[in-house]
Amino acid sequence: MHATTLEFTLLIAGGSFLAGLLGALTGLGGGVVIVPLLALVFGVDIRYAIGASLVSVIATSSGAAAAYLKEGYSNIRVGMFLEVATTIGALCGAFLAARIPTAAIAIIFGAVLLYSAWTSITRPPEVSAPEPDRLARLLKLDGHYPTPEGMRAYHVRGVPLGFGLMYVAGVLSGLLGIGSGAIKVLAMDRVMHIPFKVSTTTSNFMIGVTAAASAGIYLHRGYLEPGIAMPVMLGVLAGALLGARILPEAKVRTLRIIFSAAISAVAIEMIVQGIRGHI
Amino acid sequence: MTNAHGMSEERFEGLIGNLLRAGVILAAAVVLTGGVLYLAKYGAQRPQYQAFRGEPSDLRQVSQIFREAVSLHSRGLIQLGLLILIATPVARVAFSVLAFAEQRDWLYVSITLIVLAVLVYSLVNS
Repeated sequence: MHATTLEFTLLIAGGSFLAGLLGALTGLGGGVVIVPLLALVFGVDIRYAIGASLVSVIATSSGAAAAYLKEGYSNIRVGMFLEVATTIGALCGAFLAARIPTAAIAIIFGAVLLYSAWTSITRPPEVSAPEPDRLARLLKLDGHYPTPEGMRAYHVRGVPLGFGLMYVAGVLSGLLGIGSGAIKVLAMDRVMHIPFKVSTTTSNFMIGVTAAASAGIYLHRGYLEPGIAMPVMLGVLAGALLGARILPEAKVRTLRIIFSAAISAVAIEMIVQGIRGHI
Repeated sequence: MTNAHGMSEERFEGLIGNLLRAGVILAAAVVLTGGVLYLAKYGAQRPQYQAFRGEPSDLRQVSQIFREAVSLHSRGLIQLGLLILIATPVARVAFSVLAFAEQRDWLYVSITLIVLAVLVYSLVNS
């Protein structure tokens, strides 16, 4: 890269803007694209890339959570309870990041990316638990959410397995600098039987807290490079804001398929580069 | 419990939403200011990000970042903005402790305190 700092900053800001826009439109989040973009295209060290991505994840999650809270879908108790697992996981992930080779991080990243691309095109079936679960009731996790026909109640189940999966989501978030939205939704939709709209908004609500737990460690380690994090954070935030604004009119389905295909290609490239030891 | 509970929950959700929005806007403004100063000073240089060096200690520690930012060093200002951003979800969790306490939901006061402890540990101690 022979660009000056100004050119480099503008290029990263532009790329991050697109990542934020696509991430918001497809629901995959900007983080899944930022790390490959910085590492593969701009040749930035993957640890700087992950640090910058974490910061952008906090920005978009907090911005979106503010809007979601108004709509009344998020379940704050479910979010807070599961954040115990995700934040402890994120701490472990951030500690791991310093101990395993960057090539291994790239390979794990590629695998998680492939999984995220797959889940974004296959929507999980809407399931609802008929009978209340004892542990869920004890933890006051059951809730209700607005539908066109009024408030609908739902019961939560599979609490221990959901909690365990959330720990894994936290580890991956701290290790890879992503929101791990795909794994969070898997835990909440498939295992805990939380309605789709509730799980996506609650997951978004949790992502900022999870990312903050590892971002502190990245800061102390010196993995947050201001020259990179600045254009990434501002670019992703601007893109995500625009994405949220045009989302109601966008043809999301087609976009999601194209984006998933592109992400899969990026994922394979990450794995190949990781195996060759170029990252 | 029923009606008053519902009201205060809604009010707290509104407050938390505003808190998050304010934190993100403030952080973005500080990062942008630092970014403009940074580009004005270093824009013409050639960056070296391929090799990982890690940041110097004055951009790693909370107290040092404040010192750098107050003296309007561009990189310190950006770091301060990032710190505000990281602190925003932490403030949200701290605020939730109060929200659950007002509802006398001691189970969730405890759960939220655990999350807060993990976050504070990460920011201060690691």
